[in-house]
Amino acid sequence: MRAGRLFAALLGLATVALVVIGTLWPIPSAAAFAGGRSLLQSASTPEAAVRNLGDEIRRHDWDLAYTGLANKSDFTEFEFEHDLTGYYPCLRTYANLENFDIQPLHSTADDAKIRFITNWSTVVGPVTASRDLNVTRSGAEWKVNWPIRREPIVPPQIVPEDYLRWDVIFRGPGDDWGAQNVDSPHLSIVDMHPVQRAEGVVVLGELMNEDVVPAYVAITATLQSKDQSPIATESAFDMISHFLLPKQVTPFLISFPGQSLSGVGSIRMTPFSSLVSAAAGPVIAIDNEHLNPAPDSSLSGELVNESGRPVSVAHILGTLYNKSGQVVWVVGQYTGWALSPQDPAPFNIPIPEDLAKNAGSQRTVVTTFNYGGSE
Amino acid sequence: MRHILPCLCAALAFVAIHAASAQEQLDLISPKSIVAGSAFSIQSSGSGTAALYIVGPDQVLERSLQLGTAVSFPAASLNNAGDYVVILSSDSRARTAWLEVLPQTEPAKISLLARPSRLPVDVSNAITGAAYVFDSYRNLIVTPIKVSFELSSPSGAKQSSSAVANDGAAWTEMNSTSSEGDDRFVAHAGRASVEREIRQVPGNPCQLTMTAQQSGNRLELQTAPIHDCSGNIVADGTIVTFTETYDDGQSTADVPVKRGIANVEMPDYRGAMLSVASGVVLGNQIRWEK
Repeated sequence: MRAGRLFAALLGLATVALVVIGTLWPIPSAAAFAGGRSLLQSASTPEAAVRNLGDEIRRHDWDLAYTGLANKSDFTEFEFEHDLTGYYPCLRTYANLENFDIQPLHSTADDAKIRFITNWSTVVGPVTASRDLNVTRSGAEWKVNWPIRREPIVPPQIVPEDYLRWDVIFRGPGDDWGAQNVDSPHLSIVDMHPVQRAEGVVVLGELMNEDVVPAYVAITATLQSKDQSPIATESAFDMISHFLLPKQVTPFLISFPGQSLSGVGSIRMTPFSSLVSAAAGPVIAIDNEHLNPAPDSSLSGELVNESGRPVSVAHILGTLYNKSGQVVWVVGQYTGWALSPQDPAPFNIPIPEDLAKNAGSQRTVVTTFNYGGSE
Repeated sequence: MRHILPCLCAALAFVAIHAASAQEQLDLISPKSIVAGSAFSIQSSGSGTAALYIVGPDQVLERSLQLGTAVSFPAASLNNAGDYVVILSSDSRARTAWLEVLPQTEPAKISLLARPSRLPVDVSNAITGAAYVFDSYRNLIVTPIKVSFELSSPSGAKQSSSAVANDGAAWTEMNSTSSEGDDRFVAHAGRASVEREIRQVPGNPCQLTMTAQQSGNRLELQTAPIHDCSGNIVADGTIVTFTETYDDGQSTADVPVKRGIANVEMPDYRGAMLSVASGVVLGNQIRWEK
């Protein structure tokens, strides 16, 4: 009995001692995650200077990050912070820097160029960005020259908009049995075929809103065996444009990881649509679209917001066609930044190398969202 | 104990004889059927007091009565069509009978299921109407009854048909007309009628043509008024896709139609190929030579 009490007392004392030690002399990573600065190193090398900057950005310590920049006289701390978080509400406004990577590109005794690759966690998944940073020696320390990205200043003005807008009044709960309701929009699947990939079966195709009203759309595919029993059911999730104006076409891509086409007898497609209140704007033009060949095959271009106000998020979907016009793949990406009026915003969406050589043409569609709802 | 058993047997025999004689006297005379909402009466026979119950779909009536008299029920006592059981109960004795309540023969209300609420012009047998005929108490009238359907468009065109409702339901099919607008779809039966609205919308663009002209350092592309194959202007908001292909690049813009026309400004590339499409309908192509 006495031995047990002694053991409990020792255990308590050891716990208190460890808490005190951990508080007074925390390990660097714990201090960094707790908001301290202990992870920062002396900026005695270009890499260390960039790494320090990355840690400060990750902690949202804008003041410290800005203070350590070599070219801070070129811009304000406000501009630096909003260069990273967006001038208008966008995906990056609510994102966190998950981690970063640095790749030295060039180095001399007094300056260096380092690629700073940042991985942000956003509400639509991870977003990767990169900037090439010039780092210069300043005495015993190295300092980063931040390549500021300034948002174009739109002069104060009133931009008249006359977008068509649809509102929907559905049948009410008090209506009599048999009272008329408004039908859901009519859709048609204009193309659909399965593809076997290393990771599983992929169903590709295109869906069109045949109606004269906007539609919220979704599509589900069920793989069926040769005896018509279901194997698996999946939906397109975000590899589809969920909002379609009249006669608008969206691609879709539905993945069935781990499935083999050899066991599939048929595929049952289930499109879904519902009426939504919506506006026919803003118009987003896509300029300089290119299918870039391997290596680093990609679909690139520029989005131009032709309306008079910023757009928070744009969802870009590229449909790749082969020479005979059949869909061979669908690629997608979200813009991290808001689209300012008339300011071209470049995009670059990677394409799997083996599919890039089959892609003869492409069609890109953009869906936009503003905080407060889809547009 | 030797005395109790004969007494009990005697009492039971008395009750049985009395009950048998009373049961012979207890009776009820109920109509086999009545029309919903009509007045009716039920006659009883026997002596003493009793309770009369009428139990049916969604409704129960109870009356106390003096046996040998009639119980009268005023109009609108039984409204729901169906089979009711009539129970006359006196002490431990009871008589039952069946009473059928029939729907009224005069239609008072029609429920019309008209589909779809919206459809393109010029489609055969695409509008369906199913009419259900009810009396004033919302009972389905199951006896054969003539139902007339009429579809009239804003242009004045009318289609009409009639059908006999069997078991309360009649249906028809009609064509959408060639002009857009809100059609009135009416069903009549007797003095009852009901109206629905069917919206006829323009079909796919039939001919899509555009023109291009210089606008500063940009190209302005504009379609001619876009019509469907029946001559209706396509619905505002319809997406028209403009594509400009140049060297190894391309520009596209999805533009909603406004007042029948779609226009957009695109980059100015000499030698670019301009094309226009809406949904699966392709328009003309222009090579921009300036």
